[in-house]
Amino acid sequence: MSGHPSTYEPKYAAEKWLDQRLPIIRMGADFMTFPSPRNLNYWWTFGGILTLCLMTQILSGIILAMHYVPNVDMAFESVQRIKRDVPFGWMLQPLHAVGASMFFLAVYMHMFRALYYGSYKAPRELLWIIGCLIYLIMMATAFLGYTLPWGQMSFWGATVITGFFGAVPFVGETLQQWLLGGYAVNNATLNRFFALHYLLPFVIAALVGLHVWALHHVGQNNPIGVTPKTKSDTLSFHPFYTIKDAFALVVFLLIFAFFLFYLPDSLGHADNYIEANALQTPAHIVPEWYFLPFYAILRAVPDKLLGILLMIGAIVVLFILPWLDSSKVRSMRFRPVAKWFFLIFLVFCFLLGWCGAETPDNYVFKLGDVGLTFYRLSQISTIYYFAYFLIILPILGLVEKPLIRPESITKSVLGSKAHVPAAAE
Amino acid sequence: MTFKTLKNVAFIGAVVIATVSSIAYAAGGGKSDYKMVHKHWHFNGLFGTYDKAAAQRGYQVYREVCSACHQLKHVAFRHLGDKGAPFYNPDYKNPNDNPLIKNFAADWQITDIDADTGDAIERTGIPADKFPAIFPNEAAARASNGGALPPDLSVMVKARNGGADYLYNLLISYDTPKPDDIELAPGQHYNPVMDGFKIAMAAPLSEGLVEYAPTTVEDHHTGEIKTVPAPEATVEQMAADVTEFIAWASDPKLEVRKATGLKVMLYLLILSILLWFTYQRVWRDVEH
Repeated sequence: MSGHPSTYEPKYAAEKWLDQRLPIIRMGADFMTFPSPRNLNYWWTFGGILTLCLMTQILSGIILAMHYVPNVDMAFESVQRIKRDVPFGWMLQPLHAVGASMFFLAVYMHMFRALYYGSYKAPRELLWIIGCLIYLIMMATAFLGYTLPWGQMSFWGATVITGFFGAVPFVGETLQQWLLGGYAVNNATLNRFFALHYLLPFVIAALVGLHVWALHHVGQNNPIGVTPKTKSDTLSFHPFYTIKDAFALVVFLLIFAFFLFYLPDSLGHADNYIEANALQTPAHIVPEWYFLPFYAILRAVPDKLLGILLMIGAIVVLFILPWLDSSKVRSMRFRPVAKWFFLIFLVFCFLLGWCGAETPDNYVFKLGDVGLTFYRLSQISTIYYFAYFLIILPILGLVEKPLIRPESITKSVLGSKAHVPAAAE
Repeated sequence: MTFKTLKNVAFIGAVVIATVSSIAYAAGGGKSDYKMVHKHWHFNGLFGTYDKAAAQRGYQVYREVCSACHQLKHVAFRHLGDKGAPFYNPDYKNPNDNPLIKNFAADWQITDIDADTGDAIERTGIPADKFPAIFPNEAAARASNGGALPPDLSVMVKARNGGADYLYNLLISYDTPKPDDIELAPGQHYNPVMDGFKIAMAAPLSEGLVEYAPTTVEDHHTGEIKTVPAPEATVEQMAADVTEFIAWASDPKLEVRKATGLKVMLYLLILSILLWFTYQRVWRDVEH
């Protein structure tokens, strides 16, 4: 699986027998000794955290599926039953719901890290694209799952999102009906959403397998973006990064547990505790927080189809990012100008999220007759979002003068002491 | 090393900002001139538990007042006697055996089918039953309430922005003077807390509407059974009591959740400290 020479030596006869037929222990051993850059910081701990998130969602989800009833008349009640009567259901259901938010929190940290340190650049283009694909399917899974409790926001969120497909020219209406299994969100919709919500996490798991495989083929990027050259540039994955990941993971779990046990509803909407009602539209249909930036992009233009295209474009642009960024320098630590554009990009991502949560006609601030509406702010932010990928990154790589990069990771870590043999055991 | 610490602080800062902004996003806002009363609920905070005496009185208010129109369809009578519930009695670990719970259930008539004849019958409720429907169907409910549908109260505290404060304020704010620009249709009432300020429900509570009796509860710290004297049945008192009860109905596992959370958080905290020192030890000879 990985490119580094294997150091595994089977000790017992049974191990040797197995190693000649299916070298699965060797694979695990090689995984644990994988040479990892010695300078990885905490931003590199989210891979492990995300693996745990996926496993948590799949395990809690399988148990929830044993008690949940995908029927429009019983779905809402069955969720209440899980929380009131199923042993530990009071913990499992919020674990799954809060877990989805934590999953996205971690995936955004992971992605922003990749953007800052240029982890998408050669030879990691495919690694990045597989990651984008995982993110895309995560979004689909989260949307499908949010429909299942059959609250008001579930129903109307599903109505709005499936309505996008109706905007496709010529075949839109047919496509929408085909997806819904009818003219509106109904029992057939709930059933297929449940089936797909159960299926997609396993697709994600398979893609994670490819993601890790690709990672082990090209090796991790690192904070200075300089490829490891010698043995002293790297450390064995275990124990150095297993322990660092474990520490970061438990800190992450502390935040997770705080939400789970003390604020289980804070990341959701009160409206979703009202059973779905096709005859009563909620005053504000707002998606979950992790979709808000894209929701703001959708609403930034008056035309529905254009809005949808922009929203899809906001994700498509991520897939082609490796070929948009013209700079050969990976880490923004050595890109004095790009670094600032990246920070502004980060601010605009948060602003987009804010716009998504607010009513477009409301004012961000108002001085006399002039003011800035959230609609305008979302337009400005959308322009910057696309400009960052389509204009700034392609041009900046050609005009920016990068700082001098260290020759090697060892040199950057040890500085003048670089001649001392590394202490990697 | 200081630079590294600084970076780590910046990193933790980023995590905190992301977390806090998601909390801030989750919090809603008020809309009218009426000043919302923010009560300190007994179930607020990290160690919050339900005020059992208040919740017991709240049950009385629900039974004698609210249940004329509002159902509690997700709540079973036996839930009232669970651990953490208003009528929990340590002598009856199985709430189905609790005579108090049996009495509450027997207070209701349940529509059922006679097992021998197949005829539709009305029988006395048992602890395993859920609170029955008040009206035979939605049309009947609307017909009896001037076209409005009295919502189910099982998760009411979770189903409105503002939670318990919303419910409490809705119940005590009926006497706020109506602004002139709000036109009420027949059967509508002004309420500054309600979305749109118009509510079909007339003021449900009035001074002395229920007759409170002393309540018997288990002391949360000592475990002793004690008697709580009956307060005066003011509108505020009844509103607070019924809100305590509906808060319990909406989140019956709150006490076990918070108690478990404390243990989990402590465990994770100690584990994180141990892992930090292990991390320091593993990396002690490695420049990075």
